[in-house]
Amino acid sequence: MNTRALPDFSWLSPDPHGIFVAPCNAWIDPSKPVETALVTHGHADHARGGHARVFATRETLAIMNLRYGAAGDEIAVPLREPVELGGGVTATYFPAGHVLGSAQILLEHGGERVVVTGDYKRRPDPTCEPFEVVPCDVFITEATFGLPVFRHPPIAGEMRKLLYAREQRPDGCVAVGAYALGKAQRVICELRRAGYHEPIYLHGALEKMCGLYEELGVPLGALRSATGIGKDELKGQIVLCPPSALNDRWSRRLPDPVTAMASGWMRVRQRARQRNVELPLVISDHCDWDELTQTIRDVDPAETWVTHGREEALLRWCQLNQRRARALAMVGYEDEDD
Amino acid sequence: MRAFATLVDRLTYTRSRNAKLDLIAEYLRTTPDPDRGWALAALTGALDFPAVKSGTIRNLLTERVDPVLYTLSRDYVGDTAETASLLWPAPEGETPTDEPGLSEVVDLLRAMTRGSVMTELPKLLDRLDANGRYALLKFATGAMRIGVSARLARVAFAQAFDVPVDAVEEYWHGVDPPYPTLFAWAADGADPPRTDLVPLFRPFMLAHPLEDTVVSMDDYAAEWKWDGIRVQLVHVNGETRVYSRSGDDISATFPEMAEALDFPAVLDGELLVRGTHQGGEQGGAASFNALQQRLGRKTVSKKMLREAPAFVRLYDVLLRDGEDLRELGWAQRREHLELLMDRLDPERFDLSRLIEADNFADLAAIREGARDDAIEGVMLKRRDAPYIAGRKVGLWYKWKRDPLLIDCVLMYAQRGSGKRSSFYSDFTFGCWDGDPDAGAELLPVGKAYFGFTDDELKWLDRHVRQNTVNRFGPVRETDKSLVLEVAFDSVHESKRHKSGLAMRFPRINRIRQDKPAHEADRIDALKALVRD
Ligand SMILES: [Zn+2]
Ligand SMILES: [Zn+2]
Repeated sequence: MNTRALPDFSWLSPDPHGIFVAPCNAWIDPSKPVETALVTHGHADHARGGHARVFATRETLAIMNLRYGAAGDEIAVPLREPVELGGGVTATYFPAGHVLGSAQILLEHGGERVVVTGDYKRRPDPTCEPFEVVPCDVFITEATFGLPVFRHPPIAGEMRKLLYAREQRPDGCVAVGAYALGKAQRVICELRRAGYHEPIYLHGALEKMCGLYEELGVPLGALRSATGIGKDELKGQIVLCPPSALNDRWSRRLPDPVTAMASGWMRVRQRARQRNVELPLVISDHCDWDELTQTIRDVDPAETWVTHGREEALLRWCQLNQRRARALAMVGYEDEDD
Repeated sequence: MRAFATLVDRLTYTRSRNAKLDLIAEYLRTTPDPDRGWALAALTGALDFPAVKSGTIRNLLTERVDPVLYTLSRDYVGDTAETASLLWPAPEGETPTDEPGLSEVVDLLRAMTRGSVMTELPKLLDRLDANGRYALLKFATGAMRIGVSARLARVAFAQAFDVPVDAVEEYWHGVDPPYPTLFAWAADGADPPRTDLVPLFRPFMLAHPLEDTVVSMDDYAAEWKWDGIRVQLVHVNGETRVYSRSGDDISATFPEMAEALDFPAVLDGELLVRGTHQGGEQGGAASFNALQQRLGRKTVSKKMLREAPAFVRLYDVLLRDGEDLRELGWAQRREHLELLMDRLDPERFDLSRLIEADNFADLAAIREGARDDAIEGVMLKRRDAPYIAGRKVGLWYKWKRDPLLIDCVLMYAQRGSGKRSSFYSDFTFGCWDGDPDAGAELLPVGKAYFGFTDDELKWLDRHVRQNTVNRFGPVRETDKSLVLEVAFDSVHESKRHKSGLAMRFPRINRIRQDKPAHEADRIDALKALVRD
């Protein structure tokens, strides 16, 4: 239990379209075009096009450029270095461990410290820097997997399942649905770590992002395009595609595919079956329940605000653990990156 | 338990029937006794542990997890056993070292009482990982729900040991979990389980569609194919059971039939309900719709027994007074059956009448003229054929009445499942509620997902994608330009549909690209075909 006096944070207003920082007229992850946007990471529900001025890490800016073309005014923020935003507000970006370039943003104003996590996880991820615990008064956290049923297993076991499925199907292939930004590259890196060095085949929608990761210094090994090649060449291979392609016409080009999906939702059987998944891989770039609650203990803030996800259960946990907490009703934060 | 949990897990995510059969067969071949027998019992729904109920699991959980967090989790997951398997406080990612085997689990579950279950079940759960806990709780509550029917499990058993599935079906009802005699017979070539002490189901002899075949009436006998449900009545040791086509015991649904047979015999016939409003060819049978009121009920009210009494129109006799007649030719069995009629209550049994036809053309003419709604078509049975389970070519034929046809307009399409999940393969079609040139609208009259060839499916899929006007989740609304010729067996009044009509067995007969949508049929045309 934190014993610091409760500050009022009137300089910070949660709005359905993002968190507004009044003294410097800036928004964090706004879901509408604004003058000044502080962006935590490149997922579409956090980074949108059309802002006049964007503060983000170098990698996040590169990702936004790839997705939306050049923004107005781009300011690359180095990690752990405070940036003056005007109006007495300083912002410092710390790694969030979510995807390449993802950051939490520490805002300081009049001696008060607020951390906005964006999305984050605590597990090791070879494609990005690990989450750092940043002490603060108000901790604004996501809660995508904020239910105690969500406990992500170690990723090595999920990779074994994937490689086993491939071995079992020499005349077919394994089609893995994985989100284009972050999940796909993490699955590739983890496959490499598990000793798999065959070429990995990519749906067209993943090719550019994988190219960008390599440019930004994340080696992915041999990658091939799954477009425009014969069924025979894909036999015995692992093919990565966006989840939406799994049940679409695109999948007809694949030889007898096993349908796999890499997502934290795969923990729940019904969710996996709804999506016609045959090989669920429980791999998430978000905190599971244990990580969420452990992080709140580690950061030990005076107050916890919950932005998006299953906030009800996390609020209940805070209440049971005598921690002050509230839910912010945010819109437009979908699970693009689950 | 690990092998069983893996099997359950893989079955959960496997959609193809063949892949499911392979998984179960492989498990049954490679797992020792008696574990595989217990697994087979679980898959066929034959297990019951009275101390473990869904409520027990809920109580166990709320002792360990905050009730609010439990409820939020249960609401999200949608299944108590799965919620419990995920929420159980145990270290994640560690392989348990003391995993129990399936037979140990059975012993422990059987020993549990309402008093001890709250302390004993947790000890078992602690010895398993999340998948193991899920399999255990499903096993213990007797509700697997993993898309495996009892029939599928028995087919897999036959496949595993390369024995005839009909023999498995026949022995099935005479053995109990974990089925030692059944495994000894199938896996090790021992004598088959005894079948003479219990009212066993014998798999039915079935017919092929006649299609273009022409047969000689010297070799074949003809009788009507009645539109009820095919049943088998078995009496052994003072006990009678009524079995459905699939071998399900439906004695409780038709208690008057279970009481009506009182000597040792196995009879094959069509279960029908007495109709009052039509005479018909042989008299007394109401249409299938009337019978449907009585299907699927576990108990029957007195009123229902009075208003819609059942009777069986007999086709065949398989066993009588302990004598197996199945090896005899049909003509001889028929003689035995005719002699039996004196011993049966005429309220409950009549004899399926033979059709007297001099030759095939004569039979065709009689079939054309059939006006009884309870007639589905004609059966042709080889006079010298023994009673052989399953569908053996050349012995029995069914010659259904020609299907009814109507031209409808494609309205909506939905993606299929399994192999068809990338195709729009479930089609909803409609008819005009008046003159389309005078502003009439289309009303949906039915839904079909078969009848077309693979090429036609590809064509339909493309048509749907290119002519979509609206999307609702997995459903697309089309521009209603395509006419489909729909075949169906019959049509009935139905309050559940906006059009007031419901078809039986609708299927896409032809794609009518040649026909403009406004020339499709009207609701009135369909209504004229109602023969309730
Ligand atoms: Zn994200
Ligand atoms: Zn997010």
